[in-house]
Amino acid sequence: MRQVDVLIIGGGPAGLAAAIAAREAGVENLLILEREESLGGILKQCIHNGFGLQRFGEELTGPEYAQRYIDKAMELALPYQCDTMVLDVTPDRVVTAISPTEGLQQFQAKAIVLAMGCRERPRGALGIPGWRCSGIYSAGTAQRFVNLEGFLPGKEVVILGSGDIGLIMARRMTFEGCKVKACVELMPYSSGLKRNIVQCLDDYGIPLMLNHTVVDVAGRERLEGVTIAQVGENLKPIPGTEQYIPCDTLLLSVGLIPENELSTAAGVELSPATSGPVVDETLATNVPGIFAAGNVLHVHDLVDFVSEESARAGEQAARYALGQTADNGPAIPVENGFGVNGVVPQRVHAGKVDAPIRFMFRPRNVYKAVRICVDFDGQEVLRGKPHMIMAPGEMATLEVEPQLFADHPDVSKITVRLEVRQ
Amino acid sequence: METRIMTCIGCPMGCQLTVEVENNQMVSVTGNTCKKGVEYARDEVASPTRMVTSVVRVPGRKAPLCVKTAQAIPKDQIFACLQAVRKAHVNLPVSIGDVVVPNVCNTGIDVIATRNLD
Repeated sequence: MRQVDVLIIGGGPAGLAAAIAAREAGVENLLILEREESLGGILKQCIHNGFGLQRFGEELTGPEYAQRYIDKAMELALPYQCDTMVLDVTPDRVVTAISPTEGLQQFQAKAIVLAMGCRERPRGALGIPGWRCSGIYSAGTAQRFVNLEGFLPGKEVVILGSGDIGLIMARRMTFEGCKVKACVELMPYSSGLKRNIVQCLDDYGIPLMLNHTVVDVAGRERLEGVTIAQVGENLKPIPGTEQYIPCDTLLLSVGLIPENELSTAAGVELSPATSGPVVDETLATNVPGIFAAGNVLHVHDLVDFVSEESARAGEQAARYALGQTADNGPAIPVENGFGVNGVVPQRVHAGKVDAPIRFMFRPRNVYKAVRICVDFDGQEVLRGKPHMIMAPGEMATLEVEPQLFADHPDVSKITVRLEVRQ
Repeated sequence: METRIMTCIGCPMGCQLTVEVENNQMVSVTGNTCKKGVEYARDEVASPTRMVTSVVRVPGRKAPLCVKTAQAIPKDQIFACLQAVRKAHVNLPVSIGDVVVPNVCNTGIDVIATRNLD
């Protein structure tokens, strides 16, 4: 069995940033395992621009952003193995992987960074009735076909869900000569960015139908059309509002799910709110030596924050592998207060905080004139700056300085909450 | 005088703007919450521009080459630009930043590669 100090599962933006940080923290013997044929992860197919504004101060396309990290990894001569699928991770950090060239391999890792990313919610998770005809794809699958494989999945398109990938694909399919007939959203608001709604739908006259959903699909071999209907406040279709839209392609952009089968196998505790691991301020999971970062931890909006978070995980994994970390003792819980869902990190070692902690979460609803507040044991200790608006579609963040924890050494519970101005 | 309705993209508020337009110039704007809305409406009326990203087929290769306009081009040139990109001929190898279509549609802006392809 091969010994590795830091093993990184996934060679996308999270894995690359973690590996670079681990090497910079002094780990020579590290390895990235990537299941696709090249590094870069999902960024390879995200050919639109808008990446890197926070990290590099300029707007890059996905492949350009990925290449900057790949170049850095090559410069540092970081070891990586593509075409390699990790099959199992044990709680004592034995990693089993398989590849066409190396066969079955086992590694004993001193530390592991989970950087597997996320996948799209499939049709099966929605329970749309109708035939199982061809022509129904997740938006990301269609994106891969068009941008990486050189295939066009269809000509007349309806998009269900208004997540950013769906919006981006509405424009992308239009650019390739398709007619995008509608973008149908169950909720009364889009989970996509305003900029994407304007520049991907409005610019091309594509209607965004809020409070609507697909109630039937027609076609035996190939999709022939979809029936959509308006939904009421209970999100159930309203009888009599059905309309039929002929189309040969239905794209689903209905959410992303962190990919945590390996984490579960390793005994990592998952959060029901994020579907990702429960971590502390060092991105350590409950299993000693296993860290998590990027979309496997919680689904991000911006890759810039994935890179930042993953670099921290890589550095912490390096410190663990090099024996530089002391036992942090018990951690206190971070709770979701009013309007807050899926706050990360979920645990903090309040007595050991030596760097700013960035709390990240999704607002439960759309709130106007709102600010993020932090309570220690029910007492307000921090008021963030006011925001005009917060919405579930945009991750909210608040950075807390170590001094605040130093000032309150006996805190036993942290609550992150929203305060809406009356 | 013409009235246009648009959504400001200055922040997630997405204010619905009502813009009075004459001779392709903004006369007035209402519905904005802050001055970003005024600037957005003025630029959007006078000279709307967009970044364009797409792909070019490379003969003999499965993977197409992804490209972008080096800067935003006038919005009314988007489809002409895509047409020019479709007809572009790519000589391999290509590196990020290499020009694929020079001065696309006489905009003075090049279409450049956004990935390396050997």
